[in-house]
Amino acid sequence: MFNMLRLKSALLSVIMLVVLLGVWEWMNQIPTDTKPLTEYEMLMGGASQEARVPPPSEIIKLAYEELSNPFYDAGPNDKGIGIQLGYSIYRVLVGFFFAALIAIPVGFLIGMSPLMYNALNPYIQVLRPISPLAWMPLALFVIKDSEISAIFVIFICSIWPMLLNTAFGVANVRKDWINVAKTHELSAVKTALQVILPAAAPTILTGMRISIGIAWLVIVAAEMLVGGTGIGYYVWNEWNNLDLASVIFSILMIGVVGMLLDMILAFTARWIAYEE
Amino acid sequence: MTSHFLEIQGLKKSYPGRGKDPEVTIFEHANFNIEKGEFVCVIGHSGCGKSTILNILAGLDEATEGVVIMNGREVSGPSLDRGVVFQNYSLLPWRTTLQNITFAVQARWPAWNKEQVIAHSQKYLELVGLKNAMNRKPSELSGGMRQRVSIARAFATQPQLLLMDEPFGALDALTRGVIQEELIKIWSESKQTVFMITHDVDEAILLSDRILLMSNGPKAQIAESVEVTIPRPRKRTDIIHHPDYYNIRNHLVDFLVNRSKDYAKEQTEVDPNRQPVTVNLLKKREIA
Repeated sequence: MFNMLRLKSALLSVIMLVVLLGVWEWMNQIPTDTKPLTEYEMLMGGASQEARVPPPSEIIKLAYEELSNPFYDAGPNDKGIGIQLGYSIYRVLVGFFFAALIAIPVGFLIGMSPLMYNALNPYIQVLRPISPLAWMPLALFVIKDSEISAIFVIFICSIWPMLLNTAFGVANVRKDWINVAKTHELSAVKTALQVILPAAAPTILTGMRISIGIAWLVIVAAEMLVGGTGIGYYVWNEWNNLDLASVIFSILMIGVVGMLLDMILAFTARWIAYEE
Repeated sequence: MTSHFLEIQGLKKSYPGRGKDPEVTIFEHANFNIEKGEFVCVIGHSGCGKSTILNILAGLDEATEGVVIMNGREVSGPSLDRGVVFQNYSLLPWRTTLQNITFAVQARWPAWNKEQVIAHSQKYLELVGLKNAMNRKPSELSGGMRQRVSIARAFATQPQLLLMDEPFGALDALTRGVIQEELIKIWSESKQTVFMITHDVDEAILLSDRILLMSNGPKAQIAESVEVTIPRPRKRTDIIHHPDYYNIRNHLVDFLVNRSKDYAKEQTEVDPNRQPVTVNLLKKREIA
């Protein structure tokens, strides 16, 4: 019964994909010129003036070429998609790692201490809604390195969901479990590690999932600003080259990598989840 | 004055009123003693502060006035000497059954090695008949099994005083009966001192040596201490035929239904050191 449902939905997905791609392909045929080419058009190599979105067939062809050799490096403006994505993933992971390194202990602190919560809450509330890209000029000025500035922007955008979720998870650990720790005379450190951390872990991991999602959104924009390498830069560069097939292809790749990052954390979440 | 294992003196719990309201006293003048190896139950209506007394004994709550003395020393804060079985089991859901027990055993004897801890924990799981479920998570167990694990955890740490807060309150009648008998079995082997809260009159008679009756709150008091004169070993099916059974039961029900409501109002001048009135229905019967 369950498998039947899965089969049906998979079938429906495929049908939708075929219909969508078919319509897209059909609407974006190479225009056939009715009039003979003007002299100018002849000089320009016979190209039509009418711009059009490349059809899926073109993108699939490009995707095949790019993915069959993802790591080539032919100079600053011609690197394989794998290298560009690699740079972006590297920046996201470094920024995310340092954000977790700070957000989880600080979140623990404000979750356990109402004093610290009240003291830090105003700062968090003001800093949290700031678009991470707004930090970029300041980061560039202070750090004087575009690479580290991009990582800093990732750091600052992924810190908040982790911080708040950790604090929320820690503050809402069931009172009974805290009482169990108390009646067994556990030290503060042991209580934190043996009771509060496992109890709050699912909530903390939800925060990490939100954070990595945001970080992956932001890295594209940050790299468009910073330039040089990365998938964001690549998209913008191909736009400047008017290579729309590459733009669409890299958009799809951004989606796929973002999904994979989320799946990794979702898998970890399932591993540490518990049922009451 | 002879010294008792556990002495509760002048215990009172009150909360400050809001604004100009007078403070709210949950219970006051609570004086009672428990001897080593005794099984004492407390019965009273909801809101009389039974759970608060238990939490104060556990060190999880603080009394407004009064002291708790165990073994000649004043109790302050939670301790492994006082084990607690909570009504909602309070097992750690991310640990398996066995790990829930080793958690407590490790806390109790930090110097033990892994084999010792596991062997000791398994022994207590076996005692409650759950050796086969030791690798299952609490979410995979029924309510009755969970409470068994919780009881095994409390007994495994061998506390000097075992506190139970309505341990069978959430269980169905059949399961409750089975676990009650298991509890009697474990208790008679270990000779643990037990302080237990219950709503169930029959449960109290089956299990305890003495039953403390609490009047209704606010300003609840511990009114009487009823001795259960039915000899041990007791069985659920047999005790109802004992001549004292209905005397005790009627006395308890009468108190809960008729007398507990106005008890506090009738006591106009209370001696703060007053002990609850000891009621022995066996003697009454002989006199009558």
